[in-house]
Amino acid sequence: MRFELSDEATALRDAAAGLLAAEVTPAVIRAGWPGGDGGLADVGRTDGGRPGGDGGLPGEGPPNGGRPNGGLADVVWRKLAALGAVGTLVPEEHGGLGLDENSLVPLLEEVGRSGLPGPAVETIAVAAPLLPRPDILAGDTLVAVRHGDLIPFGQVAEVIVARDGDSLLSFGRNDLELIPQVAVDGSRMLARVAPASLSGPARGGTVLTDDPAVTEAAWQRGVLGTSALLIGLAWRMLELTVGYVRQREQFGVPVGSFQAVKHALANALVAVEFARPVALAAAWAQAAGAAGAARQTSAAKVLATDAAQLVARTAIQCHGALGYTTEYELHLFAKRVWALAAAWGDPAAHRALIADSIGVAGG
Amino acid sequence: MDLRWSPAEEAFRGEARGWLEANVPRGLPSGDTRAGFAAHLEWERALHAAQWAVVSWPREYGGRDATLWEWLIFEEEYYRAGAPQRVTQNGIFLLAPTLFEFGTPPQRDRYLPRMAAAQDTWCQGWSEPGAGSDLAAVRSSAVRDAAGGGWRLSGQKTWTTRGAFCTHLFGLFRTDPAAERHRGLTYFLVPLDAAGVTVRGFPRLDGDEGFADVFFDEVFVPDSDVLGTVNQGWPVAMATAGSERGLTLRSPGRFTASADRLLDRYRERPSPALRDRVVQSWIEAQAYQMFTLQQVTRLADGQASGPEASLAKLMWSELDVRLHETALALLGPEGELDGPWSRGFLFSLAGPIYAGTNEIQRNVVAERLLGLPRGPRG
Repeated sequence: MRFELSDEATALRDAAAGLLAAEVTPAVIRAGWPGGDGGLADVGRTDGGRPGGDGGLPGEGPPNGGRPNGGLADVVWRKLAALGAVGTLVPEEHGGLGLDENSLVPLLEEVGRSGLPGPAVETIAVAAPLLPRPDILAGDTLVAVRHGDLIPFGQVAEVIVARDGDSLLSFGRNDLELIPQVAVDGSRMLARVAPASLSGPARGGTVLTDDPAVTEAAWQRGVLGTSALLIGLAWRMLELTVGYVRQREQFGVPVGSFQAVKHALANALVAVEFARPVALAAAWAQAAGAAGAARQTSAAKVLATDAAQLVARTAIQCHGALGYTTEYELHLFAKRVWALAAAWGDPAAHRALIADSIGVAGG
Repeated sequence: MDLRWSPAEEAFRGEARGWLEANVPRGLPSGDTRAGFAAHLEWERALHAAQWAVVSWPREYGGRDATLWEWLIFEEEYYRAGAPQRVTQNGIFLLAPTLFEFGTPPQRDRYLPRMAAAQDTWCQGWSEPGAGSDLAAVRSSAVRDAAGGGWRLSGQKTWTTRGAFCTHLFGLFRTDPAAERHRGLTYFLVPLDAAGVTVRGFPRLDGDEGFADVFFDEVFVPDSDVLGTVNQGWPVAMATAGSERGLTLRSPGRFTASADRLLDRYRERPSPALRDRVVQSWIEAQAYQMFTLQQVTRLADGQASGPEASLAKLMWSELDVRLHETALALLGPEGELDGPWSRGFLFSLAGPIYAGTNEIQRNVVAERLLGLPRGPRG
């Protein structure tokens, strides 16, 4: 029994953390939004930096060609890929690092913490092991995953993976008619699949796997990776808030010296510290093929979501009016939390899965 | 990461489980009554006779030299088997680690074996009428008795758990009246049958005589019963408090066992509207277990337990209240009856108060883990 990161997990995490801390500036995060300015777009604009207004989709073009400034995040993504991060779960003989979920979670925590926009979970955790193409591993091609008729990052991904029961199918972006959607977190680059694409036989889909176990494992990695992103986002918002309340003075003292503020932030930290070991344990269970891995993963998603939402709420409150602006960077992280809360199953859905698994199904 | 138990650990678990299943008493009365306390001592002595009382201690003091991991396993099995909370806990889990760290060899030899055997039973002497969360405000004093080679203790301790039944008390007394606050305090070990000690039991929230006032009227304590250094009692007391907040008092096995019983309760009488809360309690017990495995790995590597103990205390105490609230909701109208769940609920309400209130713990977390500025407080 040892509950600690392996040396290779630590090395990958540290390398990614160093790169992301240096490269993912607020400008890079904002560049991931339609209009490229992270929610500032509406100021003084009439055409809106709104999806649909950019005119780049659907259609041909270079990766992410529909985004003004979109290339800023792509540069970082390729640097992350150059570390091998996209191929974390890909065997070495296929050009990957040959690591497992134990390394995936700390890596994606750092991605979440950095705020790097893009489909990191979809590409690294879900797709790359099934689709270890050189262009994907090099960071030239992004992969999105369809949930119902919504596709987060559907505006920027070249490859779209969809689950069909026990199978995973992959589509080229042009195989589907995609309608850009306005989302609270603009960096989600959300698209909706046109009804015509949903009815009738899927056009151009390629079977990635029809093995139920492989399909389910990929899905579980998506849930796990999203939990890791949420924990990373929670850390970042806590750090921002601690920094702020230490220097913001009212009544002649830092507001962080007030117990009302301290206790709110302490509760937020407890929630994150509660969630993180569960995500790491779920990663271990997935990698080891342990019994109960799915239920651990669901527990991780529940706790990570609840923690990140508590931190987001607390962070905004402790920032006062500053937290209620789009000029300040906090909203870039909070909005992503609200999007990810419902992604890959919301807490209610995962509690229901756990209930079935531990034999307390509804009466 | 390797979350598997070794074959040796599994064997240890099997041995513990086998013994506990065969020996755990059923239907013991509350340990917070005079008659119940005596019955619990019988159980604790049976544990000791089979060498299960203090598994993590050295063999010379009655333990098994068990690793922290094995101790966690034993605790899991102990509560899984439905065994009662330990009435010796303030000695074996709180004072003992402090004796191992600060005690002299004669003190260890004098107290540890009898503590393990449930011959001596220990209560805490921290709180006073004017000193609760603000422990450094203690006013009970110890005056030098040079002729006797010791000290004369006077004052009052209160809210002393099982003080009416225990044989000994450990606590802080002011030895330097001129020193400020947490300076000038000394940690004493006191037999409660000493001349000048008066104990008055009084009921806790559950109605049992689980609390006591302990009055000291020039009670003589020899120098050999000072734990640590005179006027340096504060860090010794903080070591004890750290044990109380964190791992040693509240192992995750107790909460995973409670969560499992909650699931059983739900299965007997499913109430779909409460299912999510039941699941949430199970999740939280699992989370505390995983958090603990992470902490124990660090402790096993020789890292000191620090303010993380405050995180742990916030976790287990709050999850325990939620778990019992959910249990009472599941019981519906039956929940008002005196029984294990209603008693467990009342006891859970003590968790956020004892071992330093959760408000104090949040201050510690905010200041020492998050780095927020200290407030206007001593």
